[in-house]
Amino acid sequence: MFSYTFHWNQAFRALPQMLDGALVTLEIALLSMAIGLALAIALTVFRLSGNRVLSGVATAWVEVARNTPALFQIYMAHFGLGNFGIHLSPFTALLAGIAFNNAGYLAENFRGALKAIPETQARAGRSLGMSSLQAFRYIVLPQMLRVAFLPATNQMVWAILMTSLGVTVGMSSDLAGVTQELNARSFRTFEFFALAAVIYYLIAKAVTLAARLLAARMFRY
Amino acid sequence: MIEIENVHKSFGSLEVLKGIDLTVRKGEVVTVIGGSGSGKSTLLTCINGLETIASGRVVIDGTDVHAKSTDLNKLRQKVGIVFQQWNAFPHLTVLENVMLAPRKVLGLPKEKAEEIAVKQLTHVGLAEKLSVYPSRMSGGQQQRMAIARALAMSPTYMLFDEVTSALDPMLVGEVLDTLRMLASEGMTMICVTHEMKFAREVSDRVAFFHQGIMAEIAPPEQLFDAPQHTETKKFLAATH
Ligand SMILES: Nc1ncnc2c1ncn2[C@@H]1O[C@H](COP(=O)(O)OP(=O)(O)OP(=O)(O)O)[C@@H](O)[C@H]1O
Ligand SMILES: [Mg+2]
Repeated sequence: MFSYTFHWNQAFRALPQMLDGALVTLEIALLSMAIGLALAIALTVFRLSGNRVLSGVATAWVEVARNTPALFQIYMAHFGLGNFGIHLSPFTALLAGIAFNNAGYLAENFRGALKAIPETQARAGRSLGMSSLQAFRYIVLPQMLRVAFLPATNQMVWAILMTSLGVTVGMSSDLAGVTQELNARSFRTFEFFALAAVIYYLIAKAVTLAARLLAARMFRY
Repeated sequence: MIEIENVHKSFGSLEVLKGIDLTVRKGEVVTVIGGSGSGKSTLLTCINGLETIASGRVVIDGTDVHAKSTDLNKLRQKVGIVFQQWNAFPHLTVLENVMLAPRKVLGLPKEKAEEIAVKQLTHVGLAEKLSVYPSRMSGGQQQRMAIARALAMSPTYMLFDEVTSALDPMLVGEVLDTLRMLASEGMTMICVTHEMKFAREVSDRVAFFHQGIMAEIAPPEQLFDAPQHTETKKFLAATH
């Protein structure tokens, strides 16, 4: 019943190729986080703006991003927009889909973090003569960052794992894409995917560890 | 000089200040006593413009606090306020807590701000705690830090809102000593307090608030030993 013989050599020989793919994966994840962060800040401002249209758009974004499958979000960016004549390459579509998802989760994260800082903190700043912007910049924001940091790290890990959904829109240069191609050529499914899984795992752990070290340095209180 | 003229203030339909008149001269120490909800805290926040008022005027050294043209950030530099909950900035060390406003609001260079902060922290007995984070200090120490933080702006006036009420009884003394010291140095102060003994000692005048009205104001000997108003009598009887 267990007649499958492992051929690890073949998988290990492909390791350099897979590591190149891992770099692409990391690149997409980092870019999607950077874009997601910028968008999340904008969404947070929109939601606090008191403008109905802006806060409506932001709320809808956050709701859709958090309550629909990430796969659909990436599909929409590729095939959905394609229906309207907007053709994004697999790379761009994947990046857009993940950035969309990141923005939604991060915006919600920011809102929670903002709520976690008592209003009396800004008030104490104001009573020392600070403008509301100064009170936000020097008192509220640094404390928010601490609250938001670990959930944002989780989102980064999630973004790395989401990149693997790129194979569904024809992405072939990232780790999942490379692995999929190797698999298609050799049918060494178990070996290639096991090796890829280990690489994903190591990247995710490295990111988490780096974030912990960074947090320990940044947030000493 | 702080001139409060016929100040009215409401939260929704609840009128919290019903026409307050009070003038505090330079160097004077006025304490405010009264029951919970009588409007004491609200008065302080109306003085430094943290709250708006419905009518009347608050004039500080000739500046109408609630006039549209008044730069409140500037005004607040000369009116320090310390709250019951001291609101230490948890992400900053004690020294940084005190340096922040001198640097960012007054625009002082780092060395100068640090010099001021060290001086004020030494003044309130925290010279040993400069690089400590607030979470590592007792409530009394954090409260003294908050006082130093306000003093670092070199305010002309200081408002204190029940600064000992949230403290363990054992820690009340050290904070009151700090206030006594400021009073003896001639700081102009308005202190809301429940500490009657302290009020009697440091005050030039004691004001008794009752349901949004300043029912009585008099030198401490008179207010405590020969109160005129029935509500003052009741309140004092209840606190003894
Ligand atoms: N931001 C606010 N919104 C609504 N109502 C408020 C607000 N702040 C104070 N009040 C109400 O105004 C009244 C006066 O409050 P204030 O805090 O000035 O009383 P206080 O004399 O300081 O009382 P305490 O001794 O309990 O501190 C209270 O009834 C309080 O509930
Ligand atoms: Mg009060």
